[in-house]
Order: sequence, then C-alpha cells, then structure tokens
Amino acid sequence: MFVSTELFAAAQMDLTPGVTAISQEVYELHTLILWICVIIGAGVFGMIFISMFKHRKSKGAVAANFHDNMTVEVLWTVIPFLILIGMAIPAAKTLIRMETPADDAEVTIKITGYQWKWNYDYMHEGFDFFSNLAKSSRDVIYAENNKDREGINYLLDVDNRMVLPAGKKVRFLMTSNDVIHSWWIPAFAVKKDAIPGYINEAWTIVPEPGVYRGQCAELCGKDHGFMPIVVEVKSAEDYAAWVSEKKGAAMTAAAGDNKVWTKDELMAKGEQVYAQCASCHMADGSGIPAAGFPALKGSAIATGPVAAHLDMVINGSKVNPAMAAFGYMSDSDLAAVITYERNAFGNNTGDAVQPADVKAARQ
Amino acid sequence: MSEDHHDHKPTGIGRWLFSTNHKDIGTMYLWFSFLMLFIGGGMAMIIRAELYQPGMQLIEPDFFNQMTTLHGLIMVFGVIMPAFVGFANWLVPMMIGAPDMALPRMNNMSFWILPFAFGTLISTLFMEGSAPNFGWTFYAPLSTTYGPASTDYFIFGVHLMGISSIMGSINVIVTILNMRAPGMTLMKMPIFVWTWLITAFLLIAVMPVLAGVVTMMLTDRNFGTSFFEASGGGDPVMFQHVFWFFGHPEVYIMILPSFGIISQIIPTFSRKKLFGYSSMVYATSSIAILSFIVWAHHMYTVGMPLAGELFFMLATMLIAVPTGVKVFNWTATMWRGSLTFETPMMFAIAFIILFTIGGFSGLMMSITPVDFQYHDTYFIVAHFHYVLVTGALFAIFAGAYYWLPKWTGNMYDETLGKIHFWISLVSVNVLFFPMHFLGLAGMPRRIPDYALQFTDFNQMASIGAFVFGGIQLLFLYIVIKCIRGGEKATDRVWEGAEGLEFEQLPSPAPFHSFTEAPEVK
Repeated sequence: MFVSTELFAAAQMDLTPGVTAISQEVYELHTLILWICVIIGAGVFGMIFISMFKHRKSKGAVAANFHDNMTVEVLWTVIPFLILIGMAIPAAKTLIRMETPADDAEVTIKITGYQWKWNYDYMHEGFDFFSNLAKSSRDVIYAENNKDREGINYLLDVDNRMVLPAGKKVRFLMTSNDVIHSWWIPAFAVKKDAIPGYINEAWTIVPEPGVYRGQCAELCGKDHGFMPIVVEVKSAEDYAAWVSEKKGAAMTAAAGDNKVWTKDELMAKGEQVYAQCASCHMADGSGIPAAGFPALKGSAIATGPVAAHLDMVINGSKVNPAMAAFGYMSDSDLAAVITYERNAFGNNTGDAVQPADVKAARQ
Repeated sequence: MSEDHHDHKPTGIGRWLFSTNHKDIGTMYLWFSFLMLFIGGGMAMIIRAELYQPGMQLIEPDFFNQMTTLHGLIMVFGVIMPAFVGFANWLVPMMIGAPDMALPRMNNMSFWILPFAFGTLISTLFMEGSAPNFGWTFYAPLSTTYGPASTDYFIFGVHLMGISSIMGSINVIVTILNMRAPGMTLMKMPIFVWTWLITAFLLIAVMPVLAGVVTMMLTDRNFGTSFFEASGGGDPVMFQHVFWFFGHPEVYIMILPSFGIISQIIPTFSRKKLFGYSSMVYATSSIAILSFIVWAHHMYTVGMPLAGELFFMLATMLIAVPTGVKVFNWTATMWRGSLTFETPMMFAIAFIILFTIGGFSGLMMSITPVDFQYHDTYFIVAHFHYVLVTGALFAIFAGAYYWLPKWTGNMYDETLGKIHFWISLVSVNVLFFPMHFLGLAGMPRRIPDYALQFTDFNQMASIGAFVFGGIQLLFLYIVIKCIRGGEKATDRVWEGAEGLEFEQLPSPAPFHSFTEAPEVK
C-alpha cells in the first residue's frame, strides 16, 4: 500500500535542531514546551481515564455531590500561570536575540520573491541572480512512475543556489515583486515574509559548510509548492572564489546587452529563459487555457507585431493579472525569450529580437 | 380566519420558506450545515486524493488552491457556524423557557440568506477562469491585484454570510436577555446559553470587521483604491491585521458553543452537577475578551517590531489559563461521578482529550521564536483540525446525539452510534495526527505536491481522510433513521438529564413550547 516503505524509518517526525546557535535554542524551547504539554496532558488525561474506569455506573459507582472547591480552582488557575511565566522567560530571551538587528553583518543579501522564483541580490558585490525550481524536478511533476522522482531532491532543488560563507554573519533583506512569499530554511530557524512594499530583515551565522533546503512558506498562487530554496554554505575561500566567478559572469551578461546576437544564439538562450514561462504557458507553448493561461502556440501576440509582444512581456497584461510584468529581466534575456516564443512551437515568424530592440521598447 | 391551534403546523414548502418557528428554522440550519459538510468534505477528499502520493496525478495546482480555499470557507462559514446557530435556535428558547426566538421573522431571513450566500460562493467553480484560489484567509495582494475575476462573487457571498450571522446573533442576544422565564437569572442559565450569549457578542463585534476588509478589497479591485496595494501607498500587512482582528475571535465563535454543548453533556452522563459553574462562565468571558488582543499571533513572520511580538506572545499564552480551567472543570465533573457511555458521552470525552491536544499545539505555537518554525506548515494544519474537527465537529456530533431524541421523539440507533464514534475516532487521528510530524519535518501547508520524504505520513493521512469522510454517510443514515422512527424516547431522555427542555417538555418537543412561561426555582 505504501509506495516508499523503505523511507519510513528515515521519515523525520520532530523539528530539526538545525545548524545554527539560534536554531538550537529554538529546538530546545520546542522540546521544553512539548514535554511540559506531555506531562500536563498525562496528568489530565490520566484523571479522565481513572474516572472512566473506576467511576462508572456499571461498577456500582454512586455520584458524589461536590460541584465547587475554591482551593483547587485557585490552584489550577495559579499553577498554570506560573508555568507559563517559566516558559515565557526563555522564549523572550531567544526572541530578543533573533530580533536584534544585524548591523554588524559581513554579507547582505536582498531576497526578492517573485511568482514563482527567488532573486538573490548580493548588494555589496554588485550581482544578482534568479533561483528557480530545478529542471530535473519540473520535468517529472506529471510523471506517472514515482521512481522518476527519486534521487533528484524532488521539489527541493534549484537551478542556482544561494551561496553563503561559513562562520560569518549574514543579513537577509526580504521583499517581494508581486504577492507575499515567505523565505524559510528550517535548519537556520529563519522564516520571514517577503512582502511587496516592505523590507523585512533576518540574519544567520552558519558555522559549517553544507547544503540546506527549504520552501516558500506563504501561499503565493499556482506554483507556491514549486519554489524551493537551497542555500549552499561554503568555506570563506570557496565563497570568495564563487563571488569573483559570479562577478565575472555579471560583466559578461552586461556585455551581452550591448552586442548583436545571431538568431541561433537567441534561440539557444531563449529556450533556457523560457523555463520561467513554462509553468503557465507549458513547455510546448500550449498553455492551460481553462485556468486562464493562454497558449503561445499560434497566439495573436506571439505571431503578431513584435511591439505588442515586447509590451506584453515587459509590462505584463492589462487584463489578466496572471501575466506579470517581466521588465526586471535583462535586455538580452528578454530578447532571447521573445525570439524563442516567436519561432518555437511552430510559430516560425522568423523574427530575431535584439537586446537593443528591448532597450528601445522600455522607453 | 380560523383560530390557530396551539400545535398547528403550516404544511408544504411554505412551512419552511415562511417559517418563523425556532424549531423549524433550527432544523433547516442543521440540514444546511449537514449538506455543506458533505460539499466541503468532498473537497477535502479531492485534496487528500491528490496528496496521496508525490507528483501531480489528479488535478492541477490552481484547482488544488481553489479546493483548499473553498474547503476552508465552506467548513468555517457553512458547516460549523450554521450548525451552532441551528443548536441555538432549537435549544435557547427551550432552555430558558421562552416560546420562540425574540425576532422570528429576522430569524427566517438570517437562515434564508445562507443558501444564496453559498450558492454565490460555490457558483464561482462553474465560472470562466478560476474560482477563489487564495486560501480561506484571502491575503492581499494575492486576492486583490492577483485575484481571479470570480473574487467579486466571493466578496458578495462573504457579505451575505456576515449579514446572516449578525442578524442571527442579535436574535440570540435579544432572546436571552429579554425572554427568560421568571426565576431564570443569568447565573442559573445552562452553560450552553451562556456560551452562546458570549459568542453572539463576539459575532456582532467582528463580523462588521470582516465586512470592512472585504469591502476594502472590493474597492481596491474595482474602484481604484489602494488600501492594500503597496505601489499605491497602501499596506498589504494591514490586510492581515484587519483580517485577523476578525479571524481570531472567529475561531472562538467556532469553539465556545462547543464548550457549552460539552458542559451540558458531561454532567448528564456523570450524574453529577457541573463542577465550577461560575468559573466556567468567567473562563468563557475571559477567553472572549482575550480573543480581541491576540490576533497578531497568526502573523508572527510578517516582521513586527519586537515589542509587538512579545506582547502578542504573552497575551496568547494567557489564553491557556481560562482554557485550562474549563478542561479541569470537566475532568472534575467526571471525577467520582457515576459514568455511563452513551454515544453523546463518548464524543464528549473524545472532545475533551482531542481538543486539549489541539490546545497544547496552540500553546506551543504561541511561543514566537518557535512559531517561526511552525508557521504555515502542516503543524498548523494539524492544530486547527484538532480544535475544529475533533473539537467543534465532535461537539456537534455529541450534541446531535444528545438532543436528537428530544427533537424527534425517537432514540437513535445506539449500536450504529457507537460504530460511528469508534470509526470516526480512529480515522480522524490517523488523518490528523501524522500532520504534526509532517509540519515539524518541514512540509509547508497549501502545497499540491511534496518532496518524497513526506510521502508516508501523507498516505496515512489520506487513508484516514477517506475512512473519516466515508463514515459520515453512516451518521446521515443514523439521523434519518432516528427521524423516521425507533424506540420512543422518554421525556427526560437520559437518566441524568437536567434543564427545562428535559424536565418540562415532552419528547418530541411540541411545535410550540412554553407558550406560558414555566416556573424556574
């Protein structure tokens, strides 16, 4: 009956203690409160079960006549109150530590939620990138055989991981481009909403290198379940190497916005970028018309005038809120994906849209 | 004009359409709630079927979101609340010795609004584009800027539900405060009447807030305002503050009447007076007052100031004190009683234990730093289903078995009642207990598909869900069988029953009761 009994022994049942000092504290608080509840529960349920077995009419029990007792009533009001104070003190201490602003952070990353991906902006390094659900997961969402989903960290893997340096204080600034999302890594005990118009703050210090996974925790629309978060913590040296590599890539991308591309280059890059469109318009461009996601295959926009197509992708739809504005993407990405949409799925318009065209359309 | 005989019943469909009789209106509320239970429950079955294994098999993610949204809205506004109004209609006049509700025509209207409200809501499923798909909490801007066109129908439906609830609660308050029999002082009222009096005040206080928040949504969506639109200078977090200022008292609206029902049933089958009557009244009032100052514990992760987080944590923890008092009082009522275990008592005892488990997880999530880990996971889903299913719904089952003989004049089938109880008890725990583990292990709520390590507990939950959903058909059969016949109930029905409805009225209770006020000692 169970398709994956071999996983059962490994199934996690308790909160993770996590890997940071804060997450350990949170885990200890959780454990403390859980055991207080278990003890109180055992006491109360024990009394109920004793009544049920000893004070039953079929055993000849005759009802006593008491229905008031000031002493016990005061006791069972005051004692729980004192227990609560005992819980509140350590809880408040941990909370204060968590909420102390990380003004001394060595790395600051702005996290922006999008439907349905994350953008990580390394503000002081001068590069940013998007983090989408990994293709390996997306390709098997509708797979019939559960085996196809094994061994790929199904729904918990991304194309571009956030990378952090081990042992350093990192500040996260959360915001959103559209609806409310929530950025959560259980192992850090960090969960904070990404809200349009707000910048929320959280911080962490991860002592050891490793890979940590989480998911968006606030319902954000159709693909809420498909926007995982993966953080890779590297040693200080590896992190520095990664940063300089990313900086170089950012320069190359900027250069791409200023050059003229061949149609084949645009199509190749466009196919990669199109992965972000495929969750609604589907990989074959057929869309899900019944749910309000139109087909691109043969559509009036994708086969009509280029200007209208540029306007739709850059500024979003004026009538269908599901079609967001994608103007935040780079000129070359937009040029590539629009070229792809105009030539893939049998659209074959033959158009090649250049980054310069996108730049012009933005004005 | 013929003179009305005192037991004259109008006939045909007009009896129901134009009814001003509290018993008929109560019956209609209860049947309406029952119908909605099967519709909302059917949606839960679709959700659990899709979640039976990882991957998308049966439905699309957007339809999954429509199901969770409508399931929540229907269960909250269409099942639990109308069921309690049905109990109030049937029982409040009989318990306080009144001939009917104080405002019978308004009573008729507050019921008949409901089919239109839910007709409007459910019709969105058949519209072009998506039905509401933003969760029962309909957070902006997902429900405003990004909401489907059908959202406006949802707003209209919520307005109608609010009007219905406000009229219903005015009626309850006026009835209780003005129509008690001579000698029925406030502190002699049955606890069920007390809990409903307090619930009705909560409803009047917060339903206009809900109406306000959906009206702001309406103008944001259609008339160019920006209450919740950050790019227009509005504030999406304000939506949550306003919503939960309604929403937290709302969860007590759904549980206080169950406290009342349980407080009637436990003494009857313990053959012993309720322990600590007055502390029950004070505890209920304290819970109601506290419910207005704890709303932001639903939104610890929105980035409140530290002082706010500390305040809402401490205020929320305080609720454990009066809630604890209630559980201790029920336990003390059973202690050294003379217990028997008819079906209503079985459901009532299960209520105490399982509701308390839901209360414990509630206490755990009151602790702000730990709630950062629990927030928006299946731990929350487990928590509120323990308090609303094994809490409110079990209390409704208990109350239905307890008063059905008084309402119909026939005993229900005790054997079938026990079967219904035991299968429900086991399956509901197989359904909801593993959700605690899923949440702690990191599974977010409201996702249509999940990572492989969550598979086993999801399968357990789904199997529990199918059994729990299916066995409610047996409950339907038991109710119909009881209405159609069965062993005749005595006037007192239960050996230990007390209160005007059992002591001074025959079974079944006549169509018009207490046309002359009874004497209350």
